[in-house]
This record gives sequence, structure tokens and C-alpha cells, in this order.
Amino acid sequence: MNIPYTVEERPDTGLANGKLGIWLFLASEVMLFGALFSTYIILRVGAVEWPHGELNVWLGMANTFILIGSSVTMVMAWASLKMHDWGKHRLYLILTFVLAGVFLVNKYFEYSSHWSAGELPSKSTFLAIYFTLTGLHGLHIVGGMIVMAYFIGPGAKLWRANPDQFANRIEYTGLYWHFVDLVWIFLFPVLYLL
Amino acid sequence: MDKTGIHPGGEHAHVRTPGHAEHHEEELGFWRKYVFSVDHKVIGIQYAVTGLLFLLFGFTLMMIMRWQLAYPGKPIPLIGQWLGQDRAPAGIMLPEFYNQLGAMHGTIMVFLGVVPLAVGGFGNFVMPLQIGAPDMAFPKLNMMSYWVYFMGGVTMLVSFFQRGGAAQSGWTSYPPLAVISPGQTLWLVGMIFLITSSLLGSVNFIVTIVQLRAKGLSYMRLPFFVWAQFVTAFLLLLAFPPLEAAGILQLMDRLAGTSFFMPSGLVVSGKPLVIAGAGNPLLWQHLFWFLAHPEVYVLILPAMGIVSEVIANNTRKPLWGYKALVYSVVFLGFMSFIVWAHHMFMTGMGTTMSAFFQTTTMIISIPSVVILTALLLSLWGASIRFTTPMLFALAFLPMFGIGGLTGLPLGLAPSDIHLHDTYYVIGHFHYVVAPGTIFGLFAGVYYWFPKATGRKMNDLLGKLHFWGSFICINIVFMPMFIQGLGGMNRRMYDGGMQYAHNAGLLKYNVIIGFAAWGLGLFQLPFIYNFFSSIKWGALVDRNPWEATTLEWSAPSPPGHGNFLTEPIVYRGPYEYSVPGSTRDFTPQFEPEKA
Repeated sequence: MNIPYTVEERPDTGLANGKLGIWLFLASEVMLFGALFSTYIILRVGAVEWPHGELNVWLGMANTFILIGSSVTMVMAWASLKMHDWGKHRLYLILTFVLAGVFLVNKYFEYSSHWSAGELPSKSTFLAIYFTLTGLHGLHIVGGMIVMAYFIGPGAKLWRANPDQFANRIEYTGLYWHFVDLVWIFLFPVLYLL
Repeated sequence: MDKTGIHPGGEHAHVRTPGHAEHHEEELGFWRKYVFSVDHKVIGIQYAVTGLLFLLFGFTLMMIMRWQLAYPGKPIPLIGQWLGQDRAPAGIMLPEFYNQLGAMHGTIMVFLGVVPLAVGGFGNFVMPLQIGAPDMAFPKLNMMSYWVYFMGGVTMLVSFFQRGGAAQSGWTSYPPLAVISPGQTLWLVGMIFLITSSLLGSVNFIVTIVQLRAKGLSYMRLPFFVWAQFVTAFLLLLAFPPLEAAGILQLMDRLAGTSFFMPSGLVVSGKPLVIAGAGNPLLWQHLFWFLAHPEVYVLILPAMGIVSEVIANNTRKPLWGYKALVYSVVFLGFMSFIVWAHHMFMTGMGTTMSAFFQTTTMIISIPSVVILTALLLSLWGASIRFTTPMLFALAFLPMFGIGGLTGLPLGLAPSDIHLHDTYYVIGHFHYVVAPGTIFGLFAGVYYWFPKATGRKMNDLLGKLHFWGSFICINIVFMPMFIQGLGGMNRRMYDGGMQYAHNAGLLKYNVIIGFAAWGLGLFQLPFIYNFFSSIKWGALVDRNPWEATTLEWSAPSPPGHGNFLTEPIVYRGPYEYSVPGSTRDFTPQFEPEKA
């Protein structure tokens, strides 16, 4: 059985199903992180004192640029599909995956330095919200990496059978990935700088 | 005789790939066809049956609680001896177990019973048929959302058997109590499953309604039920994530020892709590009610949709004010996001906040009244068919009316301060959800059962079910207004015997108890009717109710892919008794005569 508009756009809405779906999913993600950022604001406004300079700004900044870079390579992975350049697509998608991995390795060093200094989530409200927000963001990175790994590996077969559908899937993955990037762009100043 | 005017064809052929679907159907084994199915109708029925079972289970918990309230400290008859030493030693209920039953009754009825039946069940089964779609936009996601919901249900059931029992801080799980009491961790895990399932479902619903409407089916030709599901899906999509966030934070408080919701200086059982402190318990209430108020509309809107369909069909008239209904339901959806703190007037959040939220609360009552009035006016001058679904739909109107009107004093801060946390509140929201929503859902079960199975449910048993339930349920909830106005508090495991002002009110608990057990008995005809009609009900053709919407153009039951020919829509959804027409209904799918 075929569901209509899985690949082609419905004329009167100008959308394929997947594109509307991913935008709706991102809307719900905005509400999820919106609630957590609101939590941050409420806890901080109500706090007697708020620590400054507990985090390593340089590590955070490095991760910011890594994620921005991965967003660029993600767009390139999609654009090269549109230009029917399979080799470049492979290169850029794998590069995005690797950059995501580098981000996590960086994060691991950051976490373990806090851990060894006894700075656990239970120690203060700041550390609690720091670990919760970055942890949840990290899970989103891992989720994105799983999807990318699928399209680097078994999912890549679709390119031969239905190139348009494959390009759409990479586009939706990209939309998600830009969102994860955007969350970090909010997290970095909120947690590291303010 | 086939009344739909659609040419007969193979029962399992499909619109867009005729022939192909037919042998595809053959390949599916038992597991793929009935258990791990991607067909929206099978998933809808799975949701509906699971939801009905959870409704029965949640109601059973309440019947046990009602014994304790009617006869505090007396051994529970029949099942008391099997409840175990840590729940009811010698059959006498422990307060902790009463709290578990209360918390789980609310959780199960709302998240595992009504929403899965109303949205997962009816939404999944009826909505794609009503818009002329071959299936949901994302069938695999649809299957996944059912199984994630199922996992959530299993988690909640298992939580009864862990050490310390199930969650016991009410379905609202207010901290600090929820953070320090046993059982809560599995509740939170279960909720995260249920929220994830709702999110997957809501994305699927919205995409399906926007993208898969049949040719000619513009937004203002959608049946009102589809509109109700559309708005409901937006509420689920946008209101549930903040509760997911809150659930994660409470889980962190319990497992990682953080203090998001835990203030400084707490003393538990005479010992100071060793935590960082500086958290904010009110934050949970804000995040929780940001979901849970829209959730009230998630419970009521699908029922309103069902009732509209049933009323239009059985009055043989167009719905009165279709456009007003649509605009009201959309406005209601928007407003439901900015009324949440009317649950929190007692928290001391300040008069400015209270003034804002009581104003928005009064505003949101306007579209509700518009919808109820439009449905009531639809009855005017009609020659009504008193079928079983119509009886339930008709009862919905005054029951929802009582529930809604008794809510007004709760929406105003000054009167809420007196009534807050009394049985008046219980009476109010149960009138909305039990004889309101659940009656609407029963109407839907009787109305669409022929479409799902090809057979009709027994009318006599249906009427017995209706009248018994209608009388009993009113005897259950009406006295609660008296108890609440008298100041009787909710959540007291003995009904609040130690308070002098309850002395004259406790006698109602016996009446309520017997009415509740009677209500349980009157569900037996329904259960028997439901299962026996699958096998022995009267066979029906495609359009047994002579209805106008698209689902009645498909075979009963529809095959995989739903329609035999591509459905095309020619007119609005409720063209009943069109002047000059030979029949009293003109279906959406009937071509114009030349």
C-alpha cells in the first residue's frame, strides 16, 4: 500500500509528509527545552547566589565551533546529494558524524573533570541544571549520530532505489541536526558566560 | 442493499495500487496482521480495547477505595484477603495503600484509559476514514506509538508490585512529597513512555489531517470530529513536552539527589533532609499544570467531536453553527495554554497572577458554552432517533453542562479558596470526565462498532447499559457537591472522620459506595454486548446509520487501504434533510446529479 506525498509535495500545502512531521517534532522539542530554560530562569532568579566561572569557557567555545562546523558539513551533505555527487555526500556525512563524536569526547573530558573534583549534580542548583541541560542535549547528539550512522550504513541503499526520498531523509536529518546545534548555541552563553 | 452508491469491488482492493494490495494482504501472518500491525484500524482497535481494559481496571481501584470510604476500617469483602500484608492486613486497608489506589486511579483513568481510547482509539480508527486517507501518514510510527504506550501501561501495573508499592502522591505528584515517597520512580518512567507515545501520535495525526485529505475535502468540509482531533493533537504536541521536562527533573531529584523541587531546610520524620536545597516546589506545579490543563481539553474535545457526529446523524439535521463550532474549538485550544495557574490559587502566587488567570479562565468558558449551545440548538425541531449512541450523546450535554458550570466558582479565586481540595472539585471534574467524556466515548463505541466489525451491537443491552449507568453515575457524583460545599476534604483515607464538620456528610459515602458498585454491575451488559456482538451481532452493510461522512463509503469492516475507489468529496459534512432531495441524507461522497 502506498501513502501519498511521502516523497513528492502535496500541491496545495507545498509539503511532503516527512517535512511537516519533522517541523512538528521540532516544535515539541522547542517546548521541551523551553520548559527547561524556564526552569533555569526561575531557579536562578530565586537563588541567593549563583556561581560564576565554574565551567571551562575554552572547552565550551571549542564545542560551539565544532557543532557549527558540523551544521555546515550537514548542509553540504544534503547539497551534494541534490547535485548528484555521491562521493562528496559520503565525505560530508561522515565528517558530520565525526564532528559530533569529537563534541562528545570533549564533553566527556569536561564531565570527568567535574566528576573528579566532586562537582556532582547533587552539590548545587547550578550543577544540577548544568548536568541536566547538557546531558539531555548530549542525548540528542547521540540520537543524531545514530540516525547518521544508519544513513552512512544500511540506510544508504535507498539512494539507488529512490534518490529523491533519500535526499529528503538527509534534509530532515539536517533540520534536526541544526536544531540540536541551535540548542547548544543557547546553552553555551547561558551556562558558560552569564 | 448497498446504499452508498459506490461500485462494488474486491473487499481488499486499494485505491492507488489496485491488485497489488490484494496479494500483499495474503503475505501477512497472524503477528503482522493483528499484533504488530501498521494498519491504522488495527492499531485503533488495539488502543481502544487496551484503553477500555484500563478504564475497567482504574474503576475497580475506585470501587475498592469506595469500600474504605463507606465502611472505614472494615475488612474489604471478596478480594480483601488476597491484597496482601503490606496493602490490607486481614483485609483492612492501610492508608498507604489507599494513597496508592488514589494516585493510580487518576493516572490510569487519564493517561492509560481516556486519552488512549479517545485519541489513540477513535482518532486512529475514524479520522483517516473520515478524511478519505488510505492510512495514517506514518504507519510504522503509529505502531510504535501504540507499543510505547503499552510499555508505559505495563510499567504502571508493575509498579504495584515493587517494594513500597505504587506511587502514592496523587496523580499530580506534587513535590516535596513526591520526591521523598516510595513508588514514584516507576511512575515517572511510565509517564515518560506515555508522553513519548503521545508525541509520536500527535505528529502523525497533524500530518495526516494536513496532507492526506481526499480530493475536495477542504478544511471547512471536515467533519467536526476531525477538527476536534486536530486541535487535540496540537495540545498533545505542545503541552506534553513541559511535563516530560518536569518528569526528567523529578527523576533527577530522586535518582541523582538534585534539588530542583526541594526547598532548603526540609525535615522529614523528625530528621533534616541532607540535600543541597534551594529548589522550588512551585516550579513543578507550573510545569505540571502547563500540561495538565490542556490535558483536560484533550480529554473533552474528542468526546465533543463524537457527540457532534452522533447528534447530526440522529437528528437528521445539519449541525447548528458548524463554523461557530470550528472557530470555538480552535480558540479553545489556544486559550487552554494560558489558564493553567487557576489550579494554583491556593499557593500564594500573588493577586496579580490570580487576577490574570481567573480572567483567562472566564474567557475560556465562552467557547465551551458556544459548543454546548450549538449542540443543544441542533436538537431543536428535529425528529430524533433514540438509538443507543444517541442516548449517550444526549446525556453528554447536561452532564458536561453540570461539570462546566460547577467549574466557574473554582475558576474565581475568592470562591476557589473555600472549595479548593474538597469533594466539590472531585464532583466538578468527574462530571466533565465521567458522565461527560466517558459517555461520549460510549456513544462512539456504539456508533462506530458496525464500521469496525461489520456487525451492530445489541440495542436492548445498550439501553440497559445506558439507563443503569446514567442513574448510578449521578448518584455517585451529585452528593459530592454537598460534601464539598460542607468543607469535606479529598484524599482522606477514612473520609475525614476526625473533623467535626464532616459528621453530617459521611453518610453520603455509603450511598456513593453502593451507587459506584451498581455502576460497576451495569458495565456487565456492555462487556457482554461488546464481545458477543463481534460474533453474533446483526450484520450490517456499509452505511447502517444512513450517515453522510466519508467513513461510511468504505466497506464494513474496511480492508487494508480503506476505500475501494478513490474517495472524492462534493459537499459539507452534515447535509441531512436537504430540501428537494429524495432521501433525508446526502453523503459527502455522492456526486452532484446533472
